[in-house]
Amino acid sequence: MRWKTADYAGWGRVLTARGEIARPERRRALDDILEDGLVPAIGMRRSYGDAALNDGGRVIEMTRLDRMLGFDAATGVLDVEAGARIGEIAAAFAPKGWLPAVMPGTGFATVGGCIAQDVHGKNHHHAGSFCEHVVSLTLRTAEGTVEVSPEKTPELFRASAGGLGQTGVIVSARLKLLAAKGDVMVVTERRIADWDEFLARLDASEATYTVGWIDATATGTALGRGVLEEGETGSGLVPKRVKFRKVPFDAPAFALAAPVVRLFNNAYYRRVPETGRTVVKPISDFFFPLDKIHDWNRLYGKRGFHQFQCVVPLGSAPALRDMLEEIAGSGLASPLAVLKRMGPGRAGYMSFPMEGYTLAVDFPNRAAARDLIQRLEERAVAAGGRLYFAKDSLARSAGIGAMYPELADWQEAVAKADPEGRLATDLTRRLNLRSAP
Amino acid sequence: MTSTWIILGATSAMARAFARAVSAEGAGVLLAGRDMEDLAAQAADCRLRGARLAEAHAFDARKPEGFAALIERMEQEEGELNAAVFVGSMPEQAAIDADPSLIDGVVTDSHTGPARFLQMLASVLEARGSGTVVGVGSVAGDRGRIGNYVYGSAKAGFATYLSGLRNRLTRAGGHVVTVKPGFVDTAMTWGLPGMFLVAAPEAVAADILKAVRKRRDTIYTPFFWRYIMLIIRHIPEPIFKKMKI
Repeated sequence: MRWKTADYAGWGRVLTARGEIARPERRRALDDILEDGLVPAIGMRRSYGDAALNDGGRVIEMTRLDRMLGFDAATGVLDVEAGARIGEIAAAFAPKGWLPAVMPGTGFATVGGCIAQDVHGKNHHHAGSFCEHVVSLTLRTAEGTVEVSPEKTPELFRASAGGLGQTGVIVSARLKLLAAKGDVMVVTERRIADWDEFLARLDASEATYTVGWIDATATGTALGRGVLEEGETGSGLVPKRVKFRKVPFDAPAFALAAPVVRLFNNAYYRRVPETGRTVVKPISDFFFPLDKIHDWNRLYGKRGFHQFQCVVPLGSAPALRDMLEEIAGSGLASPLAVLKRMGPGRAGYMSFPMEGYTLAVDFPNRAAARDLIQRLEERAVAAGGRLYFAKDSLARSAGIGAMYPELADWQEAVAKADPEGRLATDLTRRLNLRSAP
Repeated sequence: MTSTWIILGATSAMARAFARAVSAEGAGVLLAGRDMEDLAAQAADCRLRGARLAEAHAFDARKPEGFAALIERMEQEEGELNAAVFVGSMPEQAAIDADPSLIDGVVTDSHTGPARFLQMLASVLEARGSGTVVGVGSVAGDRGRIGNYVYGSAKAGFATYLSGLRNRLTRAGGHVVTVKPGFVDTAMTWGLPGMFLVAAPEAVAADILKAVRKRRDTIYTPFFWRYIMLIIRHIPEPIFKKMKI
């Protein structure tokens, strides 16, 4: 197997690494690589920070091991290689009346990545997290290939679900798909005037899929205004998307200057009529709205960007409101800001979700934004919440144990599966995850 | 009409992308190659992506005794029969310089092996009065260069064979598409120095499928390689022989 030396980055393009990358196209090639010992696996590098980086070391890019190996229509279980992308699975199965039970905000995320971050989707309040629908997975650990399932190997499963790839190389997985009515979405969009209305609507919503876009520049009485989208799958005919757009160059810094963002957000808010509306759109437009624009991360220019995402318990909603107030007051936010209610569902020791509210906001990479994010992170921890490893690129080691109370259980399982620490990544080193008290 | 593709060298990244593209349209695919475990996984993948039929078959360009069985299998399918040839091998020129006997293998893998298979298939296609053959050559076949002229000469021979086969099958309602890819992002080019404008295998597969539909004769993919090679072909030999490109 040839190793390619390359510079690569997380999706936020702030954190980068240089190292050797192998990209096996067949199972046998993967086996050959792992003969000499474990190497961290990466996917499409959609994690914003350094979860998929191993500076100075080696990684295996799994994206070419992406085949669907079998499907049982009686149980809805799909056997699929770890490099397969969620969007591809959705595209192949939605016309047959099935969907991945949990889909993250980008269809480019791989199955292996979704497991390693135990991702959530717009239906988390009903369906729980990604790994709650993983029947079993094939894991290459230091001791060889293991079948990992919640029933037979509960500790290893809980350490692997949301385990940041630290228990082994995820080779394939069996996912329980969800029956869907068809491959279109019926989406009701309505304007939300302020924070209190937003929480009330989120709490009362009975829709299968919900997501709130929030105007993170609105202040005063308009604080927390936004658009709530509630979706259900349906059958029908909508025109397929014709062409993808691509961001051909790094945008200049003024593209996301405060007045531009304010103008954009105002227009985006008013795009939805005052009375609300119900629209029908292709599944991918609802679940993966930004995938239409390839390389949209370049809109933030060559300095890149950060995403702050935290979840706080239901009772800490006022603390979250205060955080939003600080964000809105700073004038640093980009148009990408999302508010959602989460259910309790999580499958692993290090899974992000908890019952409560989650807020995600993007910021261009500037000193003031970095300072703000670090203050927000402290507030999130103080509110009993936690940060999302898939998004974070600024947190420090202190406080991880408070956010993730099962850290010690995870560390124990990881030490057993990878005693030599060969699977460590820039993220686990930055946060000292594998040995922090 | 029911359509079936036999794909030779089906485990390559380009072939895999092409198999997926025709599977999504509901065609049958017979995936032929050497790594049976990998082919079985790929066949399952094609079925789940919509292939009417997907099977893994053993094919080795250097073992022609296995060809007849494959052609018989094709004949069992009704409707239009098609073939796409992605086989080929490219040892480093330095390895060939050290051991000239490697030439035989390169020429068999990239030219005479698939040509012999297509020769056996030609009469079947003529009898059906339809069908398309896709032959994947290479821009390396357009002019011999110091870096890979053995591989280039085999691909040039294969391209000439395809042009003759096109002349023959056209008369019977069939068609032949010659495909000349530039640099494609595959295991073969992964980490090689000097790569530029590398195309995704999916983009190449989409180009091939479009060419099949439009009954194009020869395509370069991505398209701009036509112009790159136009320039390279027109460099006068007295100059070209001193260049290292």
